Amino acid sequence: MTEIRTEEIMIAAIAQMLSGLSHVAVGAASPIPGSAALLARELSGGRMRVSLLGRITQPTFTDGGRELFDCAAQGRIDAFFLSGVQIDGQANINLVYIGDPDSPKARFPGSFGSAYLYFLVPRVILFRQEHTPRTLVEKVDFVSAPGSSDENVYRPGGPHGLVTGRCVFGFDKDLGRFRIESVHPGHTLDEIREQTGFEFDVPSTGVEETPQPEKAWLQLIRGPVGDEIREVYPGFAKKMFDSA
Amino acid sequence: MLYDSAMTSILNSAEDIAACIEDGALLALPPEYGPCSMDTIRALIRRGAKNLRLLAVPQFGLQADLLIGAGCVAEVESAAVTLGEHGLAPRFTDAIKSGSIGMHDTTCPAIHAALQASEKGIPFMPLRGLIGTDILARREDWKVLDNPFEDDDPIAYLPAIKPDAALFHAAKADRNGNVWIGLRRETMVMAHASRQTYVTAEEIVDDDLLADAELAAGTIPGLYVDAIAPAKRGAWPLGVPGLYERDDAHLARYAGVAKTPDGFAAYLNDHVMPRIAAE
Repeated sequence: MTEIRTEEIMIAAIAQMLSGLSHVAVGAASPIPGSAALLARELSGGRMRVSLLGRITQPTFTDGGRELFDCAAQGRIDAFFLSGVQIDGQANINLVYIGDPDSPKARFPGSFGSAYLYFLVPRVILFRQEHTPRTLVEKVDFVSAPGSSDENVYRPGGPHGLVTGRCVFGFDKDLGRFRIESVHPGHTLDEIREQTGFEFDVPSTGVEETPQPEKAWLQLIRGPVGDEIREVYPGFAKKMFDSA
Repeated sequence: MLYDSAMTSILNSAEDIAACIEDGALLALPPEYGPCSMDTIRALIRRGAKNLRLLAVPQFGLQADLLIGAGCVAEVESAAVTLGEHGLAPRFTDAIKSGSIGMHDTTCPAIHAALQASEKGIPFMPLRGLIGTDILARREDWKVLDNPFEDDDPIAYLPAIKPDAALFHAAKADRNGNVWIGLRRETMVMAHASRQTYVTAEEIVDDDLLADAELAAGTIPGLYVDAIAPAKRGAWPLGVPGLYERDDAHLARYAGVAKTPDGFAAYLNDHVMPRIAAE
């Protein structure tokens, strides 16, 4: 079996956060979370339902683009995934502009459904493989979706954690801050401090190493999960699974 | 007249459809999995369409990038613009940076909800989420008001969006203007909500699609459809589910060459400006 990729560590870490849930939905541009959701479903013994947006075969939804969002607002979706060109220490995410939005230094695709789903899905898992001071910032340049809201704003959902190419953070909703939970093999806490633009908490008991995905999980990721994710993310599947 | 419910016109080609869409129109288009009427997008560029206001239902890729690069677009309302795994949409990105198009950033459910308001013939739709986002902060047309039925429950209100025209592609239509869309229900919402709806189809069949209950459930009645035209492989280089897949090799080449204005101009010369021989 070939070397374990960072993406596979992220897939396994995200899959663990989904354990016990009944309906996990995956949005646009989310191949790593999509793979994680399919892995979690494989491990759930048939209990978990995964709705992978963009699938043409075996669709979950039959009422057009709005159904995912209506479903989320009703509380029928337990977990969803969001990323950002910037993510800040309060779990605000930015998917749109770098710099002043009126004369931006860079423009990225856009907010997709984040400005809505972040409020409504109970367990939103943030993911960003590039873990550097330019992606994990003190304050985002544009709020596609805020990490927290005033008390009177209807918000059953919000950030649960953040999985990067270097570590796993949990999000403490009361403190409104990230807390590091585990460091991926080959990385160190000092390096992560240096590569993170925001302050985060460290548990007094110390930080564990993110577990390597065990052999059975790798076989699932590289087998049925990879085959299934290929329909929506052929480029990702080619890069991940066809080079070995 | 707000809506024209007369019988659907059957036109000869995407060129004829493009002639129906007026300069300055608010034009609703489906996402990449649409199916998208790429033949009509190319015909709009050939006819030199101007000042189109594009509405994504709810996000864009190649359709918007081509129209923007060709100078057909005044503004865009979309939840995202991207070529997906092929990267950023290069002509869109340049236009935003140079300020040559207006941009109304939004989120997918806001577009669906505002179109549903038009479907229902009501002036607005309330929507959860949004409060505290810079999307809402930059939208002067959206309001946050109290839920009239509860105390201290702020909620966003979005005005109805009524596109001047909706344009998409379909696997088949019939001679009464009924259009089979299968699972692509957002095109149904687009047709219900828009003043005019234009569709190209892989084939125009002689059977009545509404006569077959299995097909009728996934069919837009001709009542909502102003004109249809045949267009074989009309979604290329995007796909039509069940008929042909998107041409990823072509899209990857586009994403590369369209990074420069010259490369984009060459692409137009090769793939857009020549009329298709069959027409």
